[in-house]
Amino acid sequence: MQRRLKIGVLYSRVRVEEKWIFAAMERRGIDYERLDDRAISFDLENPEPWRAFDAVLERSISYTSGLYALRLLNSFGVPTVNTALVAEICGDKLTTSAMLAKANVPQPRNVVAFTPEAALEAIEAFGYPIVLKPVVGSWGRLLAKVNDRDAAEAVLEHKSTLGSVQHSVFYIQEFIKKPGRDIRAIVIGDRVLTAMYRKSEHWITNTARGGEGELCPITPEIEEMCLKATAAVGGGVLAVDLIEHTERGYLVNEINHTMEFHTMQPVSGIDIAGEIVEYVVASAKAGM
Amino acid sequence: MSTVVCPECEAEITLDAGTEAGEIIVCSDCGVDLEVISINPATVQLAPMEQEDWGE
Repeated sequence: MQRRLKIGVLYSRVRVEEKWIFAAMERRGIDYERLDDRAISFDLENPEPWRAFDAVLERSISYTSGLYALRLLNSFGVPTVNTALVAEICGDKLTTSAMLAKANVPQPRNVVAFTPEAALEAIEAFGYPIVLKPVVGSWGRLLAKVNDRDAAEAVLEHKSTLGSVQHSVFYIQEFIKKPGRDIRAIVIGDRVLTAMYRKSEHWITNTARGGEGELCPITPEIEEMCLKATAAVGGGVLAVDLIEHTERGYLVNEINHTMEFHTMQPVSGIDIAGEIVEYVVASAKAGM
Repeated sequence: MSTVVCPECEAEITLDAGTEAGEIIVCSDCGVDLEVISINPATVQLAPMEQEDWGE
């Protein structure tokens, strides 16, 4: 008789996405365990309890906890969605940009410097406005649109004085005037599942910052761009953010590896949670 | 239907059917984020503050 699969779901908070994922597991009669990342521990000498899982879906809110858990699970030989390598790339915007550049995926221009002085010089050479982004962070937090030298000097000083050491990795991106919206597409494996416009009058269009969702048709161009982008970072269950540039076409802005989809699932009418669960099951079977 | 008391403002909050442990709810009186610790018995505590590396 075939052994029943056992799936772990690593989470920090039960957001609506986790509720939908748990419900999708239950509807399919899957044997799964909820793993609260604040309660678990890993004994490196004793990986056996973790090897009981055929796959683990990582949904931690903390990038750091999620990433280390994935590294340990992968080192124990436990398949994960996504893999530690994908999380490492997607959780760090600069690493994502580097991988996109390596794969010749169109993206906004980026420059990096490690001191405020070198950053200021790079920004001046780049021209204003520019955007300063933290390399790790989400929900549109701590993004700074810098319009002139005075603002650049102030933000660079604040980042180097008040921020953690990571804020002294000055990640400078060209500012792109968006048409009041950007596009988020959900990619699972080699399928672009759905896409949504995120509309906002603010230059930050993140729905966590009040941007509104509207269904976006998946054109062959969007599909090709999304699949190229996800392949560049290792693939899995991913959300690709695209910017529409008036002359250069679609540019890949970010790729998220533990995406939220509380707006996308109702807007698209697609059971994204169910699709994720199916992908995790397939990964578990492939790893058996 | 389970009710809890907000640890911040002492308002009585009724938990929706289908509420799960680990879920974040908002106190309708004071607006503070509360984490549901358990369903039976229904208990809540102040939700942890957002950390720098939190996100999707």
